[in-house]
Amino acid sequence: MTATISGATERMDFEEHIKPILAENCFSCHGAEKQRGNLRLDLKAEAFKGGDSGGVMLAGNGAESLLVQVVKGTHPEIEQMPLKRDPLSAEQIARLTAWIDQGAVWPDTAASIHDARLDHWAFNAPHRPTVPEVSNSNWPRNALDRFILKRLEQEEIPPAAEADKITLLRRLSLDLIGLPPTIAEVDAYLADHSPDAYERQVERLLASLHYGERWGRHWLDAARYADSDGFEKDKPRFIWAYRDWVINALNRDLPYDQFIIEQIAGDQLPGATQDQVVATGFLRNAMLNEEGGIDPEQFRTEGLFDRMDAIGKSVLGLTIQCAQCHNHKFDPISQEEYYQLFAFLNNDHEASTMAYTPGEQMLAANLRRQIGELEAGLRHTSPDWEERMNQWEDRVKDDQPDWIPVRVVNAGDNSARYYYYEDGSVRAAGYAPTKWTSHFKGTSQLPFIGAIQLEQLADPNLPCNGPGRSLQGMAALTEFKVEATDAQNPTNKMTVKFIAATADFSNAEKELEPEFSDRSGKRRVYGPVAYAIDGKDDTAWGIDAGPGRRNQSRKAVFIPETPIAFSHGVVLDFRLQQNHGGANSDDNQNHNLGRFRISVTSATNAVADPLPANVREILQTPRAERSPAQLAAVFSYWRSTVPEFKEANDQIEALWQQWPEGTSTLTLLARSGETPDDARRDTHLFRRGDWLKPANKVAAGVPTVLHRLPAEADTSRLTLARWLVDKQSPTTARALVNRIWQTYFGAGLVATPEDFGTRAEPPSHPELLDWLACEFMEPTITVGSSSLQPWSLKHLHRLIVTSATYRQSSRVTPELYARDAYNRMLARGPRFRVEGEIVRDIALAASGLLNPAVGGRSIYPPSPEFLYQPPASYGPKTWKQDSVPERYRRSLYIFKFRSVPFPMLHTFDAPNGDFSCVQRLRSNTPLQALVTLNETEFVECAQALARLTLTDGGQTDVDRIRYAFRRMLARQPAESEQRELLALLDRIKGHISDGWVNPHELATGRNESPANLPAGVTPTQLAAYTVVSRVLLNLDETITKE
Amino acid sequence: MNCQSHLYRGFDPKTITRRWFFQQCGVGLGAIALGALLRENGWAAPTALANPLSPKQPHFPGKAKRVIFLFMAGAPSHLELFDHKPELTKWNGTPPPAELVKDYRAAFINPDAALLGPKFKFAQHGQCGAELSELLPHLAEIVDDLAIVKSMHTDAFNHAPGQILMSTGSQQFGRPSLGAWTTYGLGNESQDLPAFVVFSTGSKGPSGGASNWGAGFLPSVHQGVMFRSVGDPVLYLSNPKGVDQKIQRDTLATIKRLNEKRLDVVGDPEIATRINSFELAHRMQLTAPELMDISKESKATLELYGAEPGKGTFANACLLARRLVEKGVRFVEIFHEAWDQHGNLVADLKKNCRDTDQPAAALIKDLKQRGMLDDTLVIWGGEFGRTPMVQGGDDGRDHHPNCFTMWLAGGGIKRGVTLGESDEFGFNVTRDKVHVHDLHATILHLLGFDHTKLTYRFQGRDFRLTDVFGELVPKLLA
Repeated sequence: MTATISGATERMDFEEHIKPILAENCFSCHGAEKQRGNLRLDLKAEAFKGGDSGGVMLAGNGAESLLVQVVKGTHPEIEQMPLKRDPLSAEQIARLTAWIDQGAVWPDTAASIHDARLDHWAFNAPHRPTVPEVSNSNWPRNALDRFILKRLEQEEIPPAAEADKITLLRRLSLDLIGLPPTIAEVDAYLADHSPDAYERQVERLLASLHYGERWGRHWLDAARYADSDGFEKDKPRFIWAYRDWVINALNRDLPYDQFIIEQIAGDQLPGATQDQVVATGFLRNAMLNEEGGIDPEQFRTEGLFDRMDAIGKSVLGLTIQCAQCHNHKFDPISQEEYYQLFAFLNNDHEASTMAYTPGEQMLAANLRRQIGELEAGLRHTSPDWEERMNQWEDRVKDDQPDWIPVRVVNAGDNSARYYYYEDGSVRAAGYAPTKWTSHFKGTSQLPFIGAIQLEQLADPNLPCNGPGRSLQGMAALTEFKVEATDAQNPTNKMTVKFIAATADFSNAEKELEPEFSDRSGKRRVYGPVAYAIDGKDDTAWGIDAGPGRRNQSRKAVFIPETPIAFSHGVVLDFRLQQNHGGANSDDNQNHNLGRFRISVTSATNAVADPLPANVREILQTPRAERSPAQLAAVFSYWRSTVPEFKEANDQIEALWQQWPEGTSTLTLLARSGETPDDARRDTHLFRRGDWLKPANKVAAGVPTVLHRLPAEADTSRLTLARWLVDKQSPTTARALVNRIWQTYFGAGLVATPEDFGTRAEPPSHPELLDWLACEFMEPTITVGSSSLQPWSLKHLHRLIVTSATYRQSSRVTPELYARDAYNRMLARGPRFRVEGEIVRDIALAASGLLNPAVGGRSIYPPSPEFLYQPPASYGPKTWKQDSVPERYRRSLYIFKFRSVPFPMLHTFDAPNGDFSCVQRLRSNTPLQALVTLNETEFVECAQALARLTLTDGGQTDVDRIRYAFRRMLARQPAESEQRELLALLDRIKGHISDGWVNPHELATGRNESPANLPAGVTPTQLAAYTVVSRVLLNLDETITKE
Repeated sequence: MNCQSHLYRGFDPKTITRRWFFQQCGVGLGAIALGALLRENGWAAPTALANPLSPKQPHFPGKAKRVIFLFMAGAPSHLELFDHKPELTKWNGTPPPAELVKDYRAAFINPDAALLGPKFKFAQHGQCGAELSELLPHLAEIVDDLAIVKSMHTDAFNHAPGQILMSTGSQQFGRPSLGAWTTYGLGNESQDLPAFVVFSTGSKGPSGGASNWGAGFLPSVHQGVMFRSVGDPVLYLSNPKGVDQKIQRDTLATIKRLNEKRLDVVGDPEIATRINSFELAHRMQLTAPELMDISKESKATLELYGAEPGKGTFANACLLARRLVEKGVRFVEIFHEAWDQHGNLVADLKKNCRDTDQPAAALIKDLKQRGMLDDTLVIWGGEFGRTPMVQGGDDGRDHHPNCFTMWLAGGGIKRGVTLGESDEFGFNVTRDKVHVHDLHATILHLLGFDHTKLTYRFQGRDFRLTDVFGELVPKLLA
């Protein structure tokens, strides 16, 4: 059965002859663990694909196959293989050669090499396990407890007793809403002796709007939410509408599958609502680099890598990002599969949309209705309107000269970058200088140019759809300058002098808004288009039509004094002066053109087409074929041109003036593939993850180790979204229930929430994990008011917090501690320091300062000013401290600059949003002590609690101490604790009375007498209570969930 | 001694927990969450409540015990400071050879922009005869203590990614910084100061901000703490108005007693850690202001650095760096973002060197005279170099990743050497290439670590400062 060296005549069998050779000599570097040179030989598809050096097997031609050449050592560039072993024997080489000569038959059915990693528990969908039997059947309150108890019984550790009611209520309140219970809430609970008293507290807290805030913050970690771009400029961005969407979605218990679908592809749902579009901000939370000299395409790609990472960690619980540069080292996810997933995300515009509050939405709907009624009234009172409109249309239909686009290219420096489009237009991207002149060149063959048109074009990749690059999508053109040079004779050139300019729209002259201040003190205005050719630096053409009508394409036509006539073509040199931005190019102060197109015509009498671009386009469609919306759009424009409709037109104009501003928010918009601009992108595998090294094209798809896509699935993001939350997904539900578990108990059932792969530690309670995942997807147990709604997060919370496991006391003995320091076996309740946001929220709530308003723009509490100025920060940042009570809102609303994290939260381990975070580490440091002792708001909290205590806390010091203590810790102080605090109070009073310190300063932070003191209360008392309150604020227990 | 072993001795649990923690565990900077510990212990069952900043032994005895990194952010021009290219003068005004800039991606300029001759004179200095620009007269005095690396290269040519790569070994944000890795590996020798202290003294802050000194996925105790040489050195160090020392002591003592009572009741050792944290915070309050007060330094020392009390200058930061490392701070990093000379090359370089040359040289002299240079590694450099091609008229250079210069001194670095060479334009490295990853590998080696073994498990993977790259540069080692 041997092959002869001279040439094999025997038929080679893969399993018998070839696989052993490969396994022995090749797999250690080209197998499951390593893929040197991106070559993997243990899987058929991979082996035939080849590696960095291309294909390795030419079926039918062994001698020419790379595989044979390298094992022989005859390849001119590649060393002989295997590298660190003896060369193959002549017989082995002959077999390989013969096998390839014979067609390299590698049977599929051989399942050739079984990949044992596929058997890993987390790659197989969870099945609901049987709830185990336990000896102590009295202890469990629900099925969950039986899994915990079973393990404890095996380990022979008894569960802890139930925590006392007050501890339990504080724990529950911190867990469900992130705020401590008030004294009244504690008292009500203590007074409630009904059997379901606890469950009622659970329902009360789950119904609180603060529930969405507390759990929303967790999701926002995973969603790497921040209020700025990151990188060097780290400009503020507007995406808090997404943050509010998360809070609201949790509050209404949007099922988790929908929760994910809307965030990945809400815009693609049929009849997508504003909210569903806003939800796509999830993917837009990636950082964005717009420093000078960047290639925008590079950082678009980086953003996509980040989206992959976020989806992997937050939804799948898998480290798919490890396969960006090479096949996953540990999990069976190939690099190709990574890019197949990537392909789902690679066909979007980086869009933004206007989000309106419910009130604003009602107002807009109301205005729209009124405008509709006025327009209907015009049609009613002018029965011949249709005929007149048609006459008008016939008149204007062909009244435009031929405009020939000039293809321009950037002739300025490289710091500004552009995308160039097929229609001759250009879009600025990346760095946006605030006061500058862009420079373009283009050639025209038109021998006689009578006018030049500059179109500013709306584009979904511009802020609010553009056409400019300001936060509102606006632009101001300070000056439009052109030089013309004979294409055949460079010395023959002219500077074009413009004598007239028209535009389809210019705003009335107005002064620049404060954000565009250049600190020159000069009056700088924008308005009529003539300002673009008036030679003045402080006037510009403005296109701001106000809310609701701003973001549309605009055009201007410029007429030269003498036509530009070069018979052999002309090189046109355009200078677009854009000086109407602000002083700080590291902030959102640009007022630049976004997308634009320049065209020329031989006509000398051209004026800017007054018809809006969309109306002009509709006129191309035969009247009979126009949709009602198109008819309405034409009518809306036409009626504005009819003099006798003046009264109604004025009324409509007045209505538009009331249009709400809304707030812009970052979203995604799928590329439709219908127009060249909107073409679908091809996705390529990037060699070594480098976007400059595209390799083979890949189609959208999903890793084979996971569940399948539906048969008829398209390649849209919506397909990906639905696939992610398919009930067959082996990791989606497990990852989520694990993270929720982790939040309650300090550690997940799987200790690595971001990684369920083969390297993950086995779950502490594998059956419980699966049971929870199944119960989450297909609920069977009714708890409280749960309704057996699949994927209900509140159902999960109910299950956990009503369990006996959760309700255990958290006290620990040294023995138990030694046995299970991290409480993985759950023989006690959880006890650990709360998250940074809640540290501050507890202080605010206990001191009565908390402003409980839910949602809205991010806030600016006090923070050291120097942090936001160079040299602490790269560029000057705006941190305009909010006033009271706005700044006393909950900590998840604090504005998150990625490059300058808010110090208090940063010190308490809050992530800054650089990338998706599904597990916060908890530190315990001296810097944290300095924060709670001395940070501005914590000091204010101490002062406020002192005042509140003296006002509401009773008449005796004992009552007052107990009151303050309960506000902070919910429980009553022990006798010894009370003594300690009373003694402190007395010592401080004495110290103050002795004149050592100024009580005013202590009580108010200022050297002024405290205003409005309650009757009989002295500044000394207030000061002494401030010290006591500061002690309470700094107790370990205060910032701990016990 | 294993902290946990005390728990087995059968004492009354309430008292033993407390007593044991205070007496045996001493000061700890804080326990950390499960995940972090599991990751550090290689998934073994937890055996001790780790203090992540307690001093630790490296893989092998390192020559350097501490690091001072002078990060010249913005990217200084190697062509004006270290890498003398007389040939470039000849080519001034002509475009670079086409093959040189084939496929070259430039940030701002077009790659065929004309070459620009060096703007300053160079001369040889010291025993080693290293060439230095006339802008660096003070460095010239100590050039025999330096290893100048003219063959640095990097992957990024934009500031934020470039600085983040230099700071963390990756262009991707969110990785631990060099300082964080160092304190992760070595802990801290100071009990009342942070292990990793950061200053920023340039005209701007570093691109990418706090991520340059972040802990990434390491426990956040490893992140750098920004100090200021004016005002409170550390945020929130000062007591609130009206709180004098007596009130503060009384307050802290009361907090401690109440925390101890709670520890007795619930038995959670984390409370003991919290008590320690407060004690350390108080010590920091007492010692840091004095430490940061350089007015007590001798006139000679102040003059050596050019430091003036009360200023936020690079000079003051260098002097403070010395004071901090003397107190056991493990890693001090001074960001001086001022070197982005797209224009105004001549005037700005003069100013920057006026601001930094003397203090940087003074730091070396001062450490040396105190006998600390041998085990203190000082690093000077930016995130990349600058193009031999001009930007703008004739007074600017663009970003250039292919070749730049850094210098190192002390801490086991060979003295008086110049490593590497670039081509006649200073465009590409032609000998002894040193990538940023190689620099990192070498720094870790000096600290006593095999860079391939100093790892932290995250996302299922053992992460390293050097990712999967980096080779030790033996030629730099003494």
